[in-house]
Amino acid sequence: MNGARPHRGAFSFGRFAAIVQKEFVQMRRDRVTFAMMVGIPLLQLVLFSFAINLDPKHLPTAVVLADHGPAGRALVAAMQNSGYFDVVATLSSEDEARQVLARGEVQFVVNVPPLFTHDVWRGARPAILVETDGTDPGSAGNAVGNLQRIVDSSLHRDLTGPLARLRPGESPIELRIHTLYNPEAITQYSIVPGLMGVVLTMTLVLITSLAMTRERETGTMENLLSMPARPLEVLLGKIVPYVLVGYVQVGLILLAARYGFDVPMLGSALLLVVLSAVFIAANLAVGITFSTVAQNQRQAMQMGMFFFLPSILLSGFMFPFRGMPGWAQAIGEVFPLTHYLRVVRGIMLKGNGLQDVASHVWPIALFTAIALVIGVRRYRRTLD
Amino acid sequence: MNLAIDVRDMTKRFGALTAVDRIGLQVESGEIHGFLGPNGSGKTTFIRMLCGLLRPDGGSGTCLGFDVVNDSESIKRQVGYMTQRFSYWEDLTVGENLEFIARVYAVPDRRHAVRATIERMGLEKRRDQLAGTLSGGWKQRLALAACMLHSPKLLLLDEPTAGVDPQARREFWEQIHQLASEGITVLIATHYMDEAERCHRLAFVFHGRLLTHGTVDQVVRDSGLLTWAVAGPDLPELMAKLRSEPGVEQAVAFGNELHVAGGDGGALERVVAKYGGEGSVHRFRRIDPSLEDVFIHLMQQAKAEAGAKPPVQAG
Repeated sequence: MNGARPHRGAFSFGRFAAIVQKEFVQMRRDRVTFAMMVGIPLLQLVLFSFAINLDPKHLPTAVVLADHGPAGRALVAAMQNSGYFDVVATLSSEDEARQVLARGEVQFVVNVPPLFTHDVWRGARPAILVETDGTDPGSAGNAVGNLQRIVDSSLHRDLTGPLARLRPGESPIELRIHTLYNPEAITQYSIVPGLMGVVLTMTLVLITSLAMTRERETGTMENLLSMPARPLEVLLGKIVPYVLVGYVQVGLILLAARYGFDVPMLGSALLLVVLSAVFIAANLAVGITFSTVAQNQRQAMQMGMFFFLPSILLSGFMFPFRGMPGWAQAIGEVFPLTHYLRVVRGIMLKGNGLQDVASHVWPIALFTAIALVIGVRRYRRTLD
Repeated sequence: MNLAIDVRDMTKRFGALTAVDRIGLQVESGEIHGFLGPNGSGKTTFIRMLCGLLRPDGGSGTCLGFDVVNDSESIKRQVGYMTQRFSYWEDLTVGENLEFIARVYAVPDRRHAVRATIERMGLEKRRDQLAGTLSGGWKQRLALAACMLHSPKLLLLDEPTAGVDPQARREFWEQIHQLASEGITVLIATHYMDEAERCHRLAFVFHGRLLTHGTVDQVVRDSGLLTWAVAGPDLPELMAKLRSEPGVEQAVAFGNELHVAGGDGGALERVVAKYGGEGSVHRFRRIDPSLEDVFIHLMQQAKAEAGAKPPVQAG
């Protein structure tokens, strides 16, 4: 063929240029890939640089204030002013405090004992008990580290005049920090349960997003449409087998968590398994919806990536959820993974019951319902 | 007269392109009706509208007595549709494909129905073979078996014999005639002329328009086309000359002869006299126009009527 060219093995700039040009033409034609090439870097840039913060501030805090003197108030005000703590609730009993902590509504509970002001002035070094939620060790670290300094400086300002003798040396109070749920801050305890959600999201969304596009690409869709099968029958029929797949994965990870990583299971494993159904359904609904929108299997995979990436970054799996700015948390709240992480960590590490995690289950269910409605509506019964 | 298909003014547009332009078609029950036209003429689009896969932009009528626009769900149940491209699941076996289809159609006594269909189509030995590994002819048999499984009254076959060898094609047509004798109506899209001649009646579409409709003889007669065969030396040069003569619409090489055809008898006679008169080395003789000649003739007419409009391609 190439008789005119003497060196058949030599690198031909012409051939090389032809391939380069062809790639560029194809790149331009493929809108979704193009969007991905621009979109993924942008997404990562925004998420990593603006949303993710390894020094979480404004952590929701509940105060059990049994003292009514100025020192107690000063302490709470100082914590609030430090920027690390947002006092969202002032509670009257320890029980109530434990409850909001278990539900994950607050990160910290600060217990100011009765006669706190009195004891400070007497120089009796009263104890402040700060309870933190250790299920996500990343979020509390810096706040706790800075707590002693915050507390000391708040009280030093008040200790003037005759009380100034109390200022130097020892801290006027004793700070007791009690980490609940994962006291040793073992990273695996929060990562392994979280991984369950990540694995389910990754595999189930990707697998099912291919379900419908594969039918379309191989031409079997035309056949399916010409048969008297209803959209819901087709969609549900395609989802259900993967629910089983999801449960196999849940089972594997739970076994690994128990026997491989010694992650405790404080709550009911049965409850976790039952509630996982909602999360599995959510991922399958997203996947199937992608597959009704995508033109081909590759596009479906790309959409899956677009869903997976923010899911994993904004859910609190990789980075502390509470470290993110409000807008990022708001986006994070949309993803089922965010809520499922709270359910899994809640049940496994905190021993949460149904009433504790219910507030994290319904957003997943709502998400599933919306995704399914879009999927069924997008499922074209004709080839138009 | 009992009409299996009775539609008028069926129209389908894709953006600026009118893929099917006001086609009306009547097909009698138990008839094998050919549906001919070049690629992109709107055959597939028309068939897809009949079985509810595409929503028509205009037109009305009935298919098996059901409203073709609003009652496609009822039509789907009684129609067997064979797609142009093999559209069964290649990662299922022949038996599994048939089993699945029988279940979707809720075929009564499913096991028996599947077994009977497999026997009828001679698929016994292929039953456990993956559909993807079948050869073209066997795939087509499976497809026909699959669309017959729920005992439809009407078969819509979209170029069923494309890529199938002559032996398999002949067997396929025997099956089709057998089915028709049992009272099943068949609408079959094709662009093979020999297949057109096996149909009871046929329709010819081009650029989304129905150009002619009737039996093979009717279609040929109605066209008013005259054809001459020419034998002799230097046919390529003669062909070029003939093509520039007024009245000659087609001059095509057929083996050792040229076929010269035109719709204007008088003009064609003058051409024959000029090139085939006394002392000419070329011998002209009248022959019956072939279906292909007629279709080319109709297409040229349609193009001339459409004026300078460039030809459009339909999906």
